[in-house]
Amino acid sequence: MAIANQLKRVDFIFNNENDWEKVLSSSIKKKPQDLINELISSELKGRGGAGFPTGIKWKLAAEAKNDSKYIICNADEGEPGTFKDREILSKVPYKVLTAMAICGYITGAKEGFIYLRGEYKFLQTELQKAIDEFQYYCKEIKFDFSITIFMGSGAYICGEETALMESMEGKRGEPRNKPPFPTQNGYLDKPTVINNVETLVHTFTIFKYGAKKFYDLGVQYSRGTKLFSVSGDTPKPGIYELELGMSLQDFVYEFGDGDTKAVQVGGASGFLVPRKKFKDAAIGFKGKLTGISLPTGGSMMLFNSSRSMYNVLDNYLEFFREESCGQCTPCRVGCQQLLLGIKAVKRGEKPASYLEKLLRLTETMQLTAKCGLGQSVANSFSSIVENFQEEMIY
Amino acid sequence: MNPIRSLIRELAEKHGRRRESLLPIMLAVVEREKYLSEYSMVEIAREVDIPAAEVYGTATFYSFIETKPTGKYIIRICKTITCSMKGKNLVLFAIQDMLKIKLGETTPDKRFTLMETNCLGWCHKAPAMMVNNDVYTELTPEKVRDILSGYMKINELN
Repeated sequence: MAIANQLKRVDFIFNNENDWEKVLSSSIKKKPQDLINELISSELKGRGGAGFPTGIKWKLAAEAKNDSKYIICNADEGEPGTFKDREILSKVPYKVLTAMAICGYITGAKEGFIYLRGEYKFLQTELQKAIDEFQYYCKEIKFDFSITIFMGSGAYICGEETALMESMEGKRGEPRNKPPFPTQNGYLDKPTVINNVETLVHTFTIFKYGAKKFYDLGVQYSRGTKLFSVSGDTPKPGIYELELGMSLQDFVYEFGDGDTKAVQVGGASGFLVPRKKFKDAAIGFKGKLTGISLPTGGSMMLFNSSRSMYNVLDNYLEFFREESCGQCTPCRVGCQQLLLGIKAVKRGEKPASYLEKLLRLTETMQLTAKCGLGQSVANSFSSIVENFQEEMIY
Repeated sequence: MNPIRSLIRELAEKHGRRRESLLPIMLAVVEREKYLSEYSMVEIAREVDIPAAEVYGTATFYSFIETKPTGKYIIRICKTITCSMKGKNLVLFAIQDMLKIKLGETTPDKRFTLMETNCLGWCHKAPAMMVNNDVYTELTPEKVRDILSGYMKINELN
């Protein structure tokens, strides 16, 4: 057996946050443009899953002309298999708040919101205490920035940035058309920066240590570190900060139970990788990585050979059927039909060739659904059906 | 003025009579009443000055806003993949057996309502459930019986 490379453990995210006051006060003495350049040169990409360059996002919002702008921290962590943001908000909340305030300083926004999912309501009291202390310090150094918690209420789709803004505006959480993008027309139609909790913490690291320390980790196109939420059939489930660009083979060597059949990378909306492709798959954003590169919000679910991949897919599809906002037909009807379809094939009411039809349906959804939810159902569906076809039929 | 009407008025004053206040107002009513009645929706619409249909449309979008009466304790057990793999059904059977209700039902004494929900974000400690806002993880049939007995004792004291 080939010897696996040791995964590189890193400890940026959860390390000491006691110097947040210093990081804040020194950052707001620098020129906004210098801070943006620092962020751009770090090549930090959004850690919620989509991977948009953070520096560019902040730059666009800074350049937008408007009297009011907003900063939103997206803590509507709903992707199955992801639980890192909860840990960040309970362990290092001041890093998140500081990053939001610095973003406010750079872009000219005076108001920030944390959209906290309803399932994490138990965090609200402690988080509010941190916000109160943070605001007190802001007042002391005469820095004008307010942060409010906005509670979500059990809707996966509200993690989609424009659906989240609709929700904050008191509406159904239905995604908007893009463009226009939130940096131009966001919350209340004003320029808005919306970032994942983890992304904000990485900006804290960059403002504290400089871009180089972050850039030196990871690989080309996928710089820095990432929190991974590891669950499923593993002897050590939990949250781990690892360098980006690792091979899935090495990951399974470290976290598998010796009998890993497949790994779901990126949650239900991500890809399932079967054992035979572990050595060709790397975790990171698309680029020059050899083989398959898999972007992820950090959800890594391991399945061993006792698991039926049919049950896994059935579970995902039921999830999507319930969480589809229902606004666009490809996603609403598509999710229902995919679930009905695989059940019919399993019961023998439809021939195995019906799976081909369903695969074509996911392609249509990928092309025509309005937002990432409907578009990404194809990822898990096709990667499971194509790699485990027998399990779908028999 | 009846208590719900005055609560809604208070909330509208606190959060402002704007569309953006709709969710915070609805959630505060749910926190108090455990559900959002049609009466409350109409009152909220009146206070915020938007059509009642808009309030209804928004309320029914969110799975944590119940529009039917529920028990004092809402049990939401996670059914998403990892919890489902790690024995959620055994836990669910234990709850059903103990409370003598099925999914979606409320006990006759209006104490417990049992529901399933999607990923709670505790996959590394599956299976997980929430009872109102409190989270319980790494459940087993034995453990869940202990937890629910605890809630039943609180009830007897009240």
